[in-house]
Amino acid sequence: MAIGVKVVARPIEQVSYMRATLKGMALTFKHLVNPHKVTTQYPEEKEPISRRWRGTHRMLTDETGKAKCVACGLCPQICPANCIKLVPGEDEEGNRYPLVYEIDEFRCIFCGYCQEVCPEEAIHVGRHYENAEYSRAGFVYDLERLTAQTHPVCEMWDPDDPKGE
Amino acid sequence: MSWSLAFALLQVADPQLPPVSTSVFVIATVIKMIVVFTVLMVGVALLTLAERKISAWIQDRHGPNRVGWHGLLQPAADGVKNIMKEETYPDAAYLPLFVIAPALAFIPAMLTFAVIPFASPLPTGGGLIEMVVAPLPIGFLYILAIASLGVYGIVLAGWASNNKYSLLGGLRSSAQMVSYEIAMGLSTIAVLLLAGNVALNDIIWQQATTVWNFFGLAIAFVIFLIAAFAETNRLPFDLPEAESELIAGYHTEYSAMKFSLFFIAEYSNMVTASALLVTLFFGGWDIPFTLWDNQAPWSVVKTIVTGLAFAAKVLFFLFFYMWIRWTLPRFRYDQLMSLGWRILLPVSLVYIVVIAGTLLILDLLGVRPGALHGVILGVVNIVLAGVLFLVLDSGRIISPASRRLRADQLRRLRAMRSRSPLATPGGD
Ligand code: SF4
Ligand code: SF4
Repeated sequence: MAIGVKVVARPIEQVSYMRATLKGMALTFKHLVNPHKVTTQYPEEKEPISRRWRGTHRMLTDETGKAKCVACGLCPQICPANCIKLVPGEDEEGNRYPLVYEIDEFRCIFCGYCQEVCPEEAIHVGRHYENAEYSRAGFVYDLERLTAQTHPVCEMWDPDDPKGE
Repeated sequence: MSWSLAFALLQVADPQLPPVSTSVFVIATVIKMIVVFTVLMVGVALLTLAERKISAWIQDRHGPNRVGWHGLLQPAADGVKNIMKEETYPDAAYLPLFVIAPALAFIPAMLTFAVIPFASPLPTGGGLIEMVVAPLPIGFLYILAIASLGVYGIVLAGWASNNKYSLLGGLRSSAQMVSYEIAMGLSTIAVLLLAGNVALNDIIWQQATTVWNFFGLAIAFVIFLIAAFAETNRLPFDLPEAESELIAGYHTEYSAMKFSLFFIAEYSNMVTASALLVTLFFGGWDIPFTLWDNQAPWSVVKTIVTGLAFAAKVLFFLFFYMWIRWTLPRFRYDQLMSLGWRILLPVSLVYIVVIAGTLLILDLLGVRPGALHGVILGVVNIVLAGVLFLVLDSGRIISPASRRLRADQLRRLRAMRSRSPLATPGGD
């Protein structure tokens, strides 16, 4: 028994074990017969996610199906997690395109800067969250995978329309 | 020879029994064993599901609902999982006891059920078959004896694991079982006084002809109920397991099917305790307000109906177990001991005296057991329950974490501490 721990003298109604037990049983029974079920049955039901959700990336393509990226190098430059790998190339007409474009989704912090900085509106963060993989290597998305993604993309915060209306 | 001996015992149990031939007796017993064992095991499997479902509903969740229709196949999935899992043996464990402990916990849980009558006798071509695996004339004493064996499994598991948490769990369980067994035994003396016999069939017959014991012996019922919770290690008495303080207590080191056996043992104990509660206080397989089911001529219909009545009552108590589990928090160790020794034991002792006195007076007044007898006992119990409630309610039943010490006690403790080698400079 600890020395000098203060015990507040309370009225019997508040400290009676029996009354508390009966009250508790009534409460649990009420929940038993009338549960307020709030569980979302996840794989079947999904909660809506925000239009500004920043998830795994998606590279948009032009009409010919080529990635819109012009390998300007801005996104690897701004990426705070340093997880974008870009090797630029140039075709005969002098158009720059990414020879290698990889994002390590494991290192990414989903800040969305890459989308914000991209002059071509090529790279986007997506409204998507089911990303399980069997290996770590699977989380390095290459250009092919990034362009093949189909999920909707994030709508970035617009200073002129702060509430997104 | 041994069969005729068993048969002779059977005759002692109930002389009204028409003679059953030895072969019929053997066949019937084997069938009853298989049926009871199967029903019990399937019931236990479903109970684990029921427990999870009820806890979920109480907590506004859904519970398991992925395997099968509304999670009905969850127990099967759990069973498969437990069988496939790796068995782990701690390096420092004492293997012989470590291996045998789960079985020691499991077997008594099954054994107890053997003497509980679960339906009215079944007439067959070979004579009347009692619907109880072993109609022992000393039924209740047997139950008390076997019930105290259950603690061995837990204590040995705790000791053989060579783990401090397991050992603490084992120690706690032995202390708990010893304390509550006394209250349990004493509370049933009133039942035996009323029935005048320890054979469970006679106890049922007495309740069927008068009133159920939970009315006539309400306080004994409450004491027995509390003690039964403690004996089965169910919340609020799950100190041997105490997930939050002892990891899992005595089964910390167990895995796979051995762990599962402890689980099965706990649930079978629950079933047995519920069946016992029903037998001693709720008339066993008796259907209330009618004697139709208690008298010859026996028929198959009667057996089925009384069996269902018994199952319904047992299920109610199983539900009650779960309801309490998901309502009350665990007792502290000193609270557990003070409840057992300072409240239940004296109350049950006084209760025996009061009931014995009442029965004696009723006998002297010439009131035969029957409706009036029951009503008088009921009234006595209601009065006693009222007094008990007032007494217990006027103070803290469960003492608070600490209370103010008197000045002299405080001085003594402080002096003791300053002399201790563990003393550290600074105040408290
Ligand atoms: S979201 Fe941020 S961290 Fe992720 S790739 Fe884009 S810039 Fe890098
Ligand atoms: S900012 Fe846009 S265009 Fe520039 S490299 Fe990144 S994805 Fe390509």
